[in-house]
Amino acid sequence: MKKNEGTLAMDPVSQLISSFKIPIGRWGKTFFDFLTTNFEWFFDSIADGLTVVLDGLVDLLLLVPPVLLVAAIAGLAWYLQKSWKLALAVALGLLFIVNQDLWQETVETLVLVVGAAAASMAIGVPIGIWAAHNERGYRYLQPILDLMQTMPTFVYLIPVLILFGLGIAPGLIVTVIFAAPAPIRLTHLGITSVPKPMIEAGEAFGATKRQLLWKVELPAALPTIMAGLTQCIMLCLSMVVIAALIGANGLGKPVVRALNSVNIPLGLEAGLAIVVLAIILDRISRIGTGAAK
Amino acid sequence: MTAAVDFKDVDIVFGAARKEALALVDSGATRQEILEKTGAVLGCAGANLTVNEGEISVLMGLSGSGKSTLLRAVNLLNVPARGNVMVKDGDRMVDVAACDAATLRHIRQTRVAMVFQQFGLLPWRTVAENVGFGLELSGVPEAERKARVERQLKLVGLDQWASKYAHELSGGMQQRVGLARAFATEAPILLMDEPFSALDPLIRTKLQDELLQLQAELKKTIIFVSHDLEEALKIGSHITIMEGGRIVQTGAPEDIVLRPANDYVRDFIANVNPLSVLTAWNVMRDRRDLDHGEDGWVWLDRRKTTRFKIDEHGLVAAAERDGKPAFWVSCADVEAQPEETTQVFWANPGTSLKTVMLAMHRSQTAPVALFDDQSRFVGAIGVRDVLSAVLRR
Repeated sequence: MKKNEGTLAMDPVSQLISSFKIPIGRWGKTFFDFLTTNFEWFFDSIADGLTVVLDGLVDLLLLVPPVLLVAAIAGLAWYLQKSWKLALAVALGLLFIVNQDLWQETVETLVLVVGAAAASMAIGVPIGIWAAHNERGYRYLQPILDLMQTMPTFVYLIPVLILFGLGIAPGLIVTVIFAAPAPIRLTHLGITSVPKPMIEAGEAFGATKRQLLWKVELPAALPTIMAGLTQCIMLCLSMVVIAALIGANGLGKPVVRALNSVNIPLGLEAGLAIVVLAIILDRISRIGTGAAK
Repeated sequence: MTAAVDFKDVDIVFGAARKEALALVDSGATRQEILEKTGAVLGCAGANLTVNEGEISVLMGLSGSGKSTLLRAVNLLNVPARGNVMVKDGDRMVDVAACDAATLRHIRQTRVAMVFQQFGLLPWRTVAENVGFGLELSGVPEAERKARVERQLKLVGLDQWASKYAHELSGGMQQRVGLARAFATEAPILLMDEPFSALDPLIRTKLQDELLQLQAELKKTIIFVSHDLEEALKIGSHITIMEGGRIVQTGAPEDIVLRPANDYVRDFIANVNPLSVLTAWNVMRDRRDLDHGEDGWVWLDRRKTTRFKIDEHGLVAAAERDGKPAFWVSCADVEAQPEETTQVFWANPGTSLKTVMLAMHRSQTAPVALFDDQSRFVGAIGVRDVLSAVLRR
């Protein structure tokens, strides 16, 4: 800015406006300084707790022989979707990853994505339900959701890094910030679009608010909420590379390394593994898109 | 007769500017004026109506006349802005517009059940689970619930379909599920919001007949919303006609047909066949209005062709037609009677006008006498009475 000042021809009004810059950046920094000095213990314990749980899970899954785990995931695919074709495709895709020697990274990514998606759903569905019953609240919530989804990830990477340090925990938190708006929005959509006659049938037969939620609204909104889950998982997966930048292990790591060393083969292998994982997770997580039962 | 539901000065207004709208209602403004001045929509205004136990009370009107709005005030799906909606709960009357949440739930779970135009079934539940929905909400134990659901499904003839999903059924069957769901709570009051309007005419007639059959057995209090006058006349024991949110006329079906209160009602009944509603009672001339001769003889018709001699108990002692002695026969079996000139037909007050006309036809337009259930002479119907009733003059 300073350098351009001399060359930029400005009219007096614009000059007046730019003569005093609102110190948003400084305020933000002061705020985060305040958080780190006063609540460091709080953020540290969250980071430590998350790291222990997630790393423990990764270690546990790596104890299982890859082939066995591949079979288990293929079995899960068959159980959820009742399609042996899908189960076979899942098994082949995962075996390809094992073949590419990216199994450990894949397990780490799987844990990060499934954990972040679960956390996003756990936060997003209740907020979505609340927002559906509170239109004014949703009006205030909407700009926050927009902010969470459009603010460039690198911007909040910095404070998250300062508050939580390096590793899988900040990776998970950044991913949740990015992915949670999807289940919030879709849960809100699902519940607000429950046909009115169904709600009235519940009310007419004397349902309490809680009964109305559990027996009418949630079952009716289930297909939309499940679409939210699928979307949420995809958003989590799209954050894998960015999470790697702040030290989360997984398939993002080789991609970042490949970028830094202009290593085309490594980049291609890791990139393909991410694509395979994305397709598998997408197909498996499409629950309840058929008959709403 | 005791009241099951009693509307007292009920006003219902949709929209924000309720106070202003109510002030306009008091000054007698129309719905259109209220909408233009305040932006609020008048649902219904000053509704007073008593629905007695065991009757089928039909609310009628064009769409937007406020009939559904008024109906839905009974279980507070619509909240009245003013007035009371008294609903019978055991031995007491509860004002649902002013009661607390627990009482309202009690009324909805056990006193008032509802059948919806678009069925309002839950597609992820089986037929049996839909029927048991109300019982589930009020916490009826599963074993009892199953038994009651099964009974209701038998009642509406759907016991073979219990484990199917609602969307696998035809419209008529879906509405039977809706009926069974309402019956299952054993609520004495039933609200039916155009329940058969979404069905094709054949199924509609069939379900109307079934409803009447069930009603003969179950003796519920039914408030039924309809825009179809034929339907209202067929099933209603009482009809209320609404226009622009206000009640214009309320009465027995034949009252509406014989004495329409204004042009709106007259338009409504213009295409109704009077033969399907009128009875002998509606068209007869009272015995006091007939020409009395000497010795207790009474002329049944204006042309003085037929006369009865009435004794001190009001019974017929002798009959004469065209100066010759005649005998009197019930027109209940008019088809079986030979065509003779020496007979005079008699009818009961409840005999349909159609039967009376048939009797006239068989007896060369002789008048038909009216006896009450103790065989006392109460009046007579001449050709002119029939013609003026049918032509509404």
